[in-house]
Amino acid sequence: MAAIVVEDLRITYADLVAVDGLSFDAAPGEIVALLGPNGAGKTSTVEAIEGFRRPASGTIRVLGLDPIADHAALVPRIGVMLQDGGVATGIRPIEVLELYAAFFSDAEDPDELLTRVGLADRRRSTWRQLSGGEQQRLSLALALVGKPEVAFLDEPTAGVDPQGRQLIRQVITELRDAGVCVLVTTHDLDEAERLADRVLIIDRGRLVASGTPAELMAQTGTDEIRFGAPRGIDVAALGAALGASVREAAPGEYVATTAPTPDAVAALTAWLAANDLALGDLRAGRKRLEDVFLALTATPSEAAASRIAAAGGPGRSRRGARRAR
Amino acid sequence: MSAPAPSGAILAAQVRNELRLSLRQGEQLLVSLGIPLLLLVFFSLVDVLPVPDGVTEPVDFLAPGILALAVMSTAMVSLGIGTGFDRQYKVLKRLGVSPLGRTRLVVAKIAMVLVVEAIQVVLISATAFALGWRPSATAALAVPAVLAGTAAFAGIGLLMAGTLKGTLTLALANGLYLVLLLLGGMIIPLESLPAPLEAVARLLPAAALSEVLGASLTSGDAASAQAWTVLVVWAVAAPVVAAARFRWE
Repeated sequence: MAAIVVEDLRITYADLVAVDGLSFDAAPGEIVALLGPNGAGKTSTVEAIEGFRRPASGTIRVLGLDPIADHAALVPRIGVMLQDGGVATGIRPIEVLELYAAFFSDAEDPDELLTRVGLADRRRSTWRQLSGGEQQRLSLALALVGKPEVAFLDEPTAGVDPQGRQLIRQVITELRDAGVCVLVTTHDLDEAERLADRVLIIDRGRLVASGTPAELMAQTGTDEIRFGAPRGIDVAALGAALGASVREAAPGEYVATTAPTPDAVAALTAWLAANDLALGDLRAGRKRLEDVFLALTATPSEAAASRIAAAGGPGRSRRGARRAR
Repeated sequence: MSAPAPSGAILAAQVRNELRLSLRQGEQLLVSLGIPLLLLVFFSLVDVLPVPDGVTEPVDFLAPGILALAVMSTAMVSLGIGTGFDRQYKVLKRLGVSPLGRTRLVVAKIAMVLVVEAIQVVLISATAFALGWRPSATAALAVPAVLAGTAAFAGIGLLMAGTLKGTLTLALANGLYLVLLLLGGMIIPLESLPAPLEAVARLLPAAALSEVLGASLTSGDAASAQAWTVLVVWAVAAPVVAAARFRWE
């Protein structure tokens, strides 16, 4: 049986449609990532599945239960990591874990859990003394303390340093291996690619693509070669040499529409050499998830905005600077 | 399959947590214990404030007023500010998807207030006793008065906490504390206020509670029907309005 079933979900706020006809399911022992730019409807979707908001229409079942009507029966079986906050500022990690552990008949050992998320040496600090990454790891531990069957993790690695990210990924992978269904939201493509068994790309409240990261990357055509070279090279002349169309997608970034055969790559490098032009980078054949994502979620003029948003743009400063992509 | 702990164990854990967090806050202890004890001792020993007619020792007037102040500080200020920040920092939201449930959360907060009030009553009564105060035989009437005052002030505190930002609740609760301290017949007798101000003050829960406590604890006379009426109306209306207006996130 699927752990999460969402059918034709529609969520509206006043005059805004946040989620528009979304359907998907997730199985036990599976990590599903909801991926999309800020404002795509990820958090609205997760909060509806957690029972925080009532959908305008559509049905949601978690472990066969309705998140609102069967709230009391469902909450002991799920674990929730909010996007931020959730913990009193004056409480210590060990205290809040012991509090939540007391809510369940069979809870994880709070000390062990603190060690698992790398906070054993911070057990006596208060929440407000923890760094953003440490707060994220404590929130993750809070989601796990009741041994949930389904875990909802809203942007679990946002604002976390690379080591912390590695640790969080490892904890999430262990959960999956223990048979837990994990629903993760992220706007970080790397994260989705590394972590998820299945990725659902959402844009403006709609599902635009889904599949394993490999499937998504193979899905959209591979008949192009992308490369970096000095700005403003003569794309017409290069196109003639390759027998294909070449365009400058962004300053210094070029796309040649031709199958990435060794011959085509050889012709490209020969032309650059003949014109004494440096080759920056070369990517042929395999798309990255980022390309799929950008192609699916935005028109070209909006792509730049999504990139800024994905790098932690305005309004997200609380989480600290994110890695620019 | 994951199951919740027994109901009593869940409630006990949350009560311990509420008590720990509120007793750990230095500024909350100052408001709930420091200021009332300071006012009681200072104005009992330094004879500068007016006292009502028929009262000779300042402590006989001050002790019930300071007990009313203690109720106000815990039920309105501590509870309001604590809950306001719980809401702002999404503590209430996170607890909402735990097996705790709203009913047990509210019960735990009420239990926290009553335990802190019991500590305040013991310390303030003992201090007043040491200063020469002797409660009257009708002291048992103080118990329903304290409970009604707690409901009224908790309602006001939670109304602020459930509708305003945490920082605004902090400022407003402290401001209201000061205003009601001055207009509450707690350290300054209501008769000493200008007549229009006195008339307004008598409609507020602070003055009603201190009058009822003064009557039952010190004079032994029955408190006026108006004071009881004002107190009971606030005790019912404030929690009802708070429950209706409270936004959990």
